[in-house]
Amino acid sequence: MVKLVLRGKEFEVKPGMTLLSSLQKVNILPESVIATRNDEMILEDEVLKDGDVVKLIAVISGG
Amino acid sequence: MKCRKCGEKASVNMRQHKLALCTQHYLEWVPEQTERFIKKYEMFSHDDQILVAVSGGKDSLSLWDILVRLGYHADGLYVGLGIDAGIGYSAESHRLAEKFADEHRLKLHVLDIEKEYGQPIPVLSEISHRGHGRPCAVCGLTKRHVMNRMARDLGYDVLATGHNLDDEAAVLFGNTLSWSVEYLLRQGPVLPSTEGLARKVKPLCRFYEREMTAYALLRGIEYIYEECPFAEGSTSIYYKEVLNQLENDRPGAKLTFYLRFLEARQGGLFAQSNDAVERLHPCPNCGQPTSAPGLCSFCRLIDKAADQAPLVSNL
Repeated sequence: MVKLVLRGKEFEVKPGMTLLSSLQKVNILPESVIATRNDEMILEDEVLKDGDVVKLIAVISGG
Repeated sequence: MKCRKCGEKASVNMRQHKLALCTQHYLEWVPEQTERFIKKYEMFSHDDQILVAVSGGKDSLSLWDILVRLGYHADGLYVGLGIDAGIGYSAESHRLAEKFADEHRLKLHVLDIEKEYGQPIPVLSEISHRGHGRPCAVCGLTKRHVMNRMARDLGYDVLATGHNLDDEAAVLFGNTLSWSVEYLLRQGPVLPSTEGLARKVKPLCRFYEREMTAYALLRGIEYIYEECPFAEGSTSIYYKEVLNQLENDRPGAKLTFYLRFLEARQGGLFAQSNDAVERLHPCPNCGQPTSAPGLCSFCRLIDKAADQAPLVSNL
């Protein structure tokens, strides 16, 4: 499986999907996050492999 | 996805520009674009002394980093708000601002609200009864006042803030929903200096928040990731989420919304009421302009806090 982590919350998706499809699957707006894998930024067309852990960094701030 | 400039693997994709760039070219592109915006909106020159309002967040630290990389004379100003909320929010943001300044050998001015005015922001907010239980209104009022005061007292030519396009689009969205023409008239990349007010500029106003996050990460800038504890559920964040949904379906929607607004405003879409300028009066205490004769909102707040100081110390 592929693990997506956003602010400590974990989501699991099947491997073989793109990052974009994975984010859509778990209802995370791609515009609202930056994805990193092994500390490197990855883009929407990246195909995620079994065992990948993708850290999602929220971009929205303010008050 | 490949970098448009070199064909290597891209790190950042900006759908609104149909532009993907690798790390190296992205880190060159951001300062180039910033310089372009500074010139386009005639924000400041290399002869000017710039005071950057630094919060410890990604936008303001990135702005400081970019201006220094571009060769501008930019010092920082950190305002200690005294927000703890169990996570030491202000202490951590202060640490990160100091760390950045130390690492880059830059000058950082620090103004601590509690030391300067007797109470931290959450207490000032309680005393004021402004903001419906949230300190955001008092926080905004206080930051605007002290940043302006520091820029003027220390003799800087311009005060630069790290507002990005998402910040601007969210404010514009809110003001458009309520047709707040007075606020719409004032919104823009540059607020010229007037009697009692320092010149204010927003060099990052055309970058998406996502782009500034990417810049901070790729430059290795350590910034405070935790959201201000009081910002959760705020209207501005809600507007940003709504606009991001729109952007997701229509890439470029946020940018177009903001840029077309600036064009419309410049074209005279919003007429300034005849007495808008005459209605401003200098505050007899601090000298900053206020809409009614007598003390300005900030000085009234501080007066009220001083009156209630014995009560607060007994809490």
